[in-house]
Amino acid sequence: MPDTPGKNAIEVRGVRKVFGTGEAQVAALDTVSVSIRENEFFTLLGPSGCGKTTLLRLIAGFDFPSEGEILLYGSDIAPLPPFKRPVNTVFQSYALFPHMTVAQNIGFGLEMLGKPRAEIDARVAEMLKLVRMEKLAKRRTSQISGGQQQRVALARALAPQPKVLLLDEPLSALDYKLRKEMQIELKRLQHETGITFIFVTHDQEEALTMSDRIAVMSSGKILQVGSPRDIYDRPAERFVADFIGETNFLDARIDSLDGGKAKVTLKSGASISATVADGFKPDGDATVVIRPEHAKAVKGQGDISGVVENVVYFGTDTHVHIKLDDGETFTVRQQNARGAGATFERGERVGVVIGDDAAQILKD
Amino acid sequence: MAKRFSIRQQTGFTAIAAACFVLLYLPIVVLVAYAFNDSTSVSEWGGFSLRWFVSAWSNVQVIDASLRSLQIASCAAILATIAATMAALATTRTQAYRGLTFKYAFINQPLMVPEIVTGVALLIFFAQIKVATGYSGLGYLIAAHTAFCIPFAYLPIRARLENMDLTLERAAADLYATPWKAFRRVTLPLLWPGIIAGLMLAFVISLDDVVITEFVKSGGQDTLPTYMLGQIRRGITPEVNAISTVFLLLSVVIVTLFFFLSRKRD
Ligand SMILES: Nc1ncnc2c1ncn2[C@@H]1O[C@H](COP(=O)(O)OP(=O)(O)OP(=O)(O)O)[C@@H](O)[C@H]1O
Ligand SMILES: [Mg+2]
Repeated sequence: MPDTPGKNAIEVRGVRKVFGTGEAQVAALDTVSVSIRENEFFTLLGPSGCGKTTLLRLIAGFDFPSEGEILLYGSDIAPLPPFKRPVNTVFQSYALFPHMTVAQNIGFGLEMLGKPRAEIDARVAEMLKLVRMEKLAKRRTSQISGGQQQRVALARALAPQPKVLLLDEPLSALDYKLRKEMQIELKRLQHETGITFIFVTHDQEEALTMSDRIAVMSSGKILQVGSPRDIYDRPAERFVADFIGETNFLDARIDSLDGGKAKVTLKSGASISATVADGFKPDGDATVVIRPEHAKAVKGQGDISGVVENVVYFGTDTHVHIKLDDGETFTVRQQNARGAGATFERGERVGVVIGDDAAQILKD
Repeated sequence: MAKRFSIRQQTGFTAIAAACFVLLYLPIVVLVAYAFNDSTSVSEWGGFSLRWFVSAWSNVQVIDASLRSLQIASCAAILATIAATMAALATTRTQAYRGLTFKYAFINQPLMVPEIVTGVALLIFFAQIKVATGYSGLGYLIAAHTAFCIPFAYLPIRARLENMDLTLERAAADLYATPWKAFRRVTLPLLWPGIIAGLMLAFVISLDDVVITEFVKSGGQDTLPTYMLGQIRRGITPEVNAISTVFLLLSVVIVTLFFFLSRKRD
C-alpha cells in the first residue's frame, strides 16, 4: 500500500475485537490496520457482518479493542471515554432525541461542551442553513420526514466541529432518489467543512461514487485499501473483484509468468495475456477475472465462444449473457449507440473478444 | 369459505363478558348508591341524603386515618419509585450476567412472598428495633410500605427502559455528555412516563394495603383501610360507603391525572 502524504487523522494498528468466550468466540475484527488521512472521505465497504460497525464503535469509544491501538492525530485514544473524543457519529437509526426540537438536537453537543448560549445559537443557525433546515428549527424530530431527520442527524454531528465524523450507513433508510440527493449533499458537506469522514456502506456503487479512498472488508479483515479506480480496476483479491461491480470468472492454466504479466490458456483452448495482481505468485491453475465492459461479443470467431442466453437492455448499455461452450456463463456489457452496433438474438452463436489488458489473475 | 375466527361470535361470549362486568362493577355501583342512603341500614333504601358524607367528614378518626394513609402512601410511593428507578437502571443498563435473574427475583420478592409472612416477619423485626431505639413513629409503616411497593414501581419503569433505544444514550455520550448529563438530559426525560406510572401504582397499592399495615402499625396508627376494617367488625353503617366513595373518586382523579400527564410527556 502506498503510504500517506499528509497527516493521518486516524491510525488503526493491529486491532482485534473478539466477542464472546470459548466456543462461541467470534473475531468481529481480525488484526485490522489502516490509516485514514486528514480531510479525506474514507469509506468502509463490505457485506453485512464483516465488522464495519464494530470498527466505527471502537473509534467512537462505545467499545474497546481486544488488542491493538487506535491513534487520533498520533495519540492513543484508548484512555478517552466517548464523551471526551473529538469524534462524532451519525447513527444508522439517526438516534435523534425525540423530546427535543430540531434546533435543540443540533445544539446539544455544543451545550454539553459548555459553550455560551450566543455561540450555540449562532452555530445552530449556521448548521440549519448548511443542511437547509432553517424552516423546521422548532419542529419536534418526530414531526419531520426521514430525509429531514437524516439532515438533522448530520447537522447535530457536525455542529461541534469534530476532528473526524463517523457515518454508519446513514443513507440506507432512504429511498433511491433521496439517497442520490443525499450522496451529493454529503460530498458537498465534507468539502465545505473539511472534516475527515469515515463512511460505512455495503453499497458498492455508493462507495465508488463518493469516496476518496475505500477499504474493502470481509469477515473482520481489510482486504484492500485504495482509490475507487484502484479498487475497481486493480482488485487485489477475487472477493474484492466479485464484491465491486459485476465480474466474469474463467478457469485457466498458467503457461508463463513474466513480472506482472502472464500468458494463460483458457479451457476453450484460447491463449490470452493477463495481468497479475501485485505481490501474487500464481502457479499452475488460476482464476482469470474479466469485467463485462472489457469484453466484446462478436458475430463469428472470438477468444471464446458460446450461445446467447439472454439480452437485457438498460438504456445506456446492453448486457449480453452468454453460455460458454464449457458450461460457464459470461456477461458482456456493450454501450448502446443509436442505430449502430450489432444486435444479438437469444440462441445465437457468438464469439467473445477479450480486450488487451482486460484479464487479471487474482488471489482467491 | 372459512369464516375468520372471531371470539365475539363464540356462543356464550356475550353472556360471560356481561357476567364479568356485572360482577366487577355492580357491587361498586351499589356501594356508591348506598353512600347516598338516608337510612342507617346498608341494605335498605331510605331516600337520598348526604348525611353519611357529613358524618364521615366530622368523624375525627376518619379524617385522622385518611391523612395518615395519604401521608404514608405519598412517602412510600416516592421512596419506592426512587429505589425502583435505580434498580431498573442497574438491571437494564448492564450486560446480561449470571445472577441477573436472581436480582430480578430479589427485587420482585414482595410479589411472591405471601403478605402475611412479610407482615409477621416485619412485626417481629420492628418490635426488636422499637425496643432497641424507643422510636415508634410512622417510620415503620413507611418503610414497610416502601418495601412492598418497590416491585410495582419497578415493573413499568423497567419496561420503559427496556423499550428505550440505547443508541440515544450513546448519541448523548458521543455528543460530549458525561454519563450523569446523558442521564439527566436524555434518559430521565424519556423515562418520565414510566416513572409516573410506577409512582401512581405504588401510591395506589400503598393506599390499599391492609395485611402488612395491620401487623406493623402501633396503637393509634390506623390507616383508612384498617380503620374501615375495624368499623365493619363493630357493625357497619353507610358511613363506610361514603368513605369508600370518596376514595374511589380520589383514585379515579389520580389515575386520570397521571394518565394525561404521562401522555403529554410522550
Ligand atoms: N455485541 C456483540 N456481541 C457479539 N457479537 C457481535 C456483537 N457485535 C457484533 N458482533 C458480531 O461481529 C460481527 C461484525 O458485526 P458488525 O456489526 O460490525 O457488522 P457490520 O459490518 O456493521 O454489518 P452490517 O452491514 O449488517 O451492519 C458480526 O458477526 C456480529 O455478529
Ligand atoms: Mg453495521
